[in-house]
Amino acid sequence: MVRLITHNLLACHVRGCNSNNFPLQFQDVQIGLREAEFNPDFLRGFLPKIEWNALVDSARQLGDTSLPAEQPVMIDDDFLKTLHHVLLEIHVEEGAMVCPNCKHVYPISNGIPNMLLADHEIG
Amino acid sequence: MIPTPDLSHLTRQDYEHVYEPAEDTFILLDALEQDVEYLKSLRPRICLEIGSGSGCASSFLGALLGCTSSLYLCTDINPHATKCTVSTGKQNKIELDVVLTSFAHPLHSRLRKSVDVLLFNPPYVPTIDEEAAEAQNSADIQGAWAGGKNGMQVTNQLLGMVESLLSSNGCFYLVAVKQNDILSIRKKMLEGYGLKSEVVIQRRAGGEHLFVVKFSHGPPVQ
Ligand SMILES: C[S@@+](CC[C@H](N)C(=O)[O-])C[C@H]1O[C@@H](n2cnc3c(N)ncnc32)[C@H](O)[C@@H]1O
Ligand SMILES: [Zn+2]
Repeated sequence: MVRLITHNLLACHVRGCNSNNFPLQFQDVQIGLREAEFNPDFLRGFLPKIEWNALVDSARQLGDTSLPAEQPVMIDDDFLKTLHHVLLEIHVEEGAMVCPNCKHVYPISNGIPNMLLADHEIG
Repeated sequence: MIPTPDLSHLTRQDYEHVYEPAEDTFILLDALEQDVEYLKSLRPRICLEIGSGSGCASSFLGALLGCTSSLYLCTDINPHATKCTVSTGKQNKIELDVVLTSFAHPLHSRLRKSVDVLLFNPPYVPTIDEEAAEAQNSADIQGAWAGGKNGMQVTNQLLGMVESLLSSNGCFYLVAVKQNDILSIRKKMLEGYGLKSEVVIQRRAGGEHLFVVKFSHGPPVQ
């Protein structure tokens, strides 16, 4: 499933593509929303691993503008609920992700991102 | 006791392309179950299974640790396997986030020192090297077992990435067979990367002598 929590961990890995290769840009996406159980503890633990600007930007590409541009200092339940929805409940089912640097296109089909590369593209 | 994941949705046709859980899968489940208290004490946030196949092991791990308490990432080179991993997650109410890729390549830079629980039940059967290379390219059922020289061609590649993926408390469970030379794997990981290891379980089953070896920076957290 390409949820934003996973998208926030994916970078282009084409040989030689080492800078400006994250976050991948969504293209022609179809999304689905599915409820997930809220676990504030998990979200607090995961927060330090998130690249905030990338998350805000990618959520906007999917039409979700609920996140603040700056990561708040005070982490309250309201904020965690917003974060929960953005990270875990939006599923990109179809479409593609494009590397901002080398423009390599990674297709998404049935919710699965195809990050395989041909032999000559492997780093 | 956590039951073995429900796989009743998978069919014979699925198993023509995707590895059907077998003794090597089950020894991994047993190792995870045996270590459940230790695993929970790590408070894992990111679990990653390389080569998830049917999705049986990650679904089990999710049931052991709780479906909302960690992100469960899975990768496989076989597109059929990634589909089965998703459906097995659904069947067992564990959200498995699956990526079609070799190893964890596109995740590597962002997951540096971040993986709390890493699993790999690799293609470990000794074959000629060409057979393993061909199996990796065709990314179908042969890729589930063809392991090249000493059955280590694919595993060796992952061994070089483990230390940079594991978080400071993180641990790595590897399934292996006797022909893989367990002692030399453990020595390589200790001398090359400072990772300590122990054999969690070993048993003879179906003509194989199977091992689950756990690696970590140790000593384990309390
Ligand atoms: C022995 S099967 C194990 C399947 C499942 N984890 C289990 O325990 O039943 C090995 C799996 O690794 C996958 N695999 C082989 N080479 C791989 C690679 N380079 N990267 C990711 N997955 C790989 C195969 O497609 C297969 O699904
Ligand atoms: Zn790129």
